[in-house]
Amino acid sequence: MILLDRVTKTYSKAMGPALNRISIHVEPKEFVIVVGQSGAGKTTLLRLLTREERPTSGKIIIGGIDYDKLKDKDIPMLRRKIGVVFQDFKLLPNKNVFENVAFALELVGASRKEIKNTVPKVLDIVNLKGKEKNMPQELSGGERQRVAIARAIVRQPKILIADEPTGNLDPKHAWDVIRVLEKINRYGTTVLLTTHNVEIVNKLKRRVVSLKSGRVISDRANSNYRI
Amino acid sequence: MKRLIINFFRILQTGTVNFMRNISISLAAISVMVVTLSVVLLSLVISATFSNTINQITNKIDISVYLKDSVTLSQTDTFIKELKALPNVKSVQYLNKQEVLRQYEAQNASNQQLSLAINETSNPLPATIHIRAYDLNKINGIKNFLDKPAINNLQSNQPSYSGSLKTAINNIAHATDVLRKLGVVAIVVFAFISALIIFNTIRMAIFNRRDEIQIMRLLGASTAYIRGPFIVESAIYGILSAVFSVIIINSVFVTASSTLQASTLGLLDINYATDYFDHHFWLFLAMQILIGIIIGAFSAYIATRRYLRFKIKA
Repeated sequence: MILLDRVTKTYSKAMGPALNRISIHVEPKEFVIVVGQSGAGKTTLLRLLTREERPTSGKIIIGGIDYDKLKDKDIPMLRRKIGVVFQDFKLLPNKNVFENVAFALELVGASRKEIKNTVPKVLDIVNLKGKEKNMPQELSGGERQRVAIARAIVRQPKILIADEPTGNLDPKHAWDVIRVLEKINRYGTTVLLTTHNVEIVNKLKRRVVSLKSGRVISDRANSNYRI
Repeated sequence: MKRLIINFFRILQTGTVNFMRNISISLAAISVMVVTLSVVLLSLVISATFSNTINQITNKIDISVYLKDSVTLSQTDTFIKELKALPNVKSVQYLNKQEVLRQYEAQNASNQQLSLAINETSNPLPATIHIRAYDLNKINGIKNFLDKPAINNLQSNQPSYSGSLKTAINNIAHATDVLRKLGVVAIVVFAFISALIIFNTIRMAIFNRRDEIQIMRLLGASTAYIRGPFIVESAIYGILSAVFSVIIINSVFVTASSTLQASTLGLLDINYATDYFDHHFWLFLAMQILIGIIIGAFSAYIATRRYLRFKIKA
């Protein structure tokens, strides 16, 4: 489902590579946790997957799409197939909660009726019932996070990338979010999760890829947090 | 096809909703556009008024040739024919002694003494030929013709353009030329500056929302779907600004013509300006709206372009 083959990303020569010959293969329906300290290359990895950045060298194939052959005009199509929960949420400030989630559906050409049916269900999953009309700036950090998650899963993507989705949450809400991710995974979505949270990693018992200074230092199934 | 229609209406809707939600920025942009569009409209009307005043003045200027009483009718006919053959002569009007007298009486109807002093039997007024020129700047050809000794012999007095009047005519001719050119230049300059100011205002408004564009990009929105609402929003600015500017200029003329009743401010004939504006009201409104939409939409198109690029470095 996700294939990275000896991928290197160098932002500037002076800084050295942010990612150094990374190879990761993720099977469909897998749940993979990427751990690593700040600056280890987690965010760079995600930016490569969403095609915000291009690798300096190496090959990336996602869902059968070879990034080398991807034209600029096809990037929107690619992004519509991947659900992303961004570390900084990236909610649209001019749209309320309902519209933010609906926007993701609008992009895939959903009808008004579909949107009316689907969005409340997803908002229910992330416990945001009754907040439909609120603007993002009226929400707490945790609520915004959950809107971002709702928006990422509403299209039922084959691949979900979540960058520190529990970063701003207290433990209870953090677990709510993780359970949502597990649930989506059970329905068949491949999940790629990055996190700092030792407890979550250790309790989930899933495959863990550890990054350090741009290299994969370990990649084990049913693993614990280790760097 | 169905998808296109849905998207089209969503873009319209989103643009309108964004306009309302960003009302403070919208109002700022609109006020700038109102001011600039009003200036352009005002300069257009003023320039038309000037040009009308100038036409009226130049139409009143003619050359009067006074004929001796001894000149026969056939001599007059040849004279007029020769005049009409001159290239710069626009029209020639002949008034015989009786007609000149009647005109004089009409002009001095209120002054009985003057009317009594002159009557049919002892009419001292000469038959007159009024000549109008196409171009006041090239009046010398006519003057040379009138100064020929054979022609000069027919005249009782010097033609009336001569002396100080000649310089006055020259000055007016020169001034009209300059004013007309100035009017055109002023409108072009104002329009250009307005377009720049409006473009910059919209660019600032979109600059404030560049993050929004990038977020939509990341979610997989197509270029048209991101840009569309911004264009709609700016077009709304344009429409509202156009309407406001026409309303403002209209009220300016309404107050001006009622307070300055029939008075003329130098070359600016306020009544003519008001009439001119009233006559072309719908044309001006349509023109302003069209300009507003075009400048607004075009500015939004250009201003969003740089944020819509796929930020990819090799």
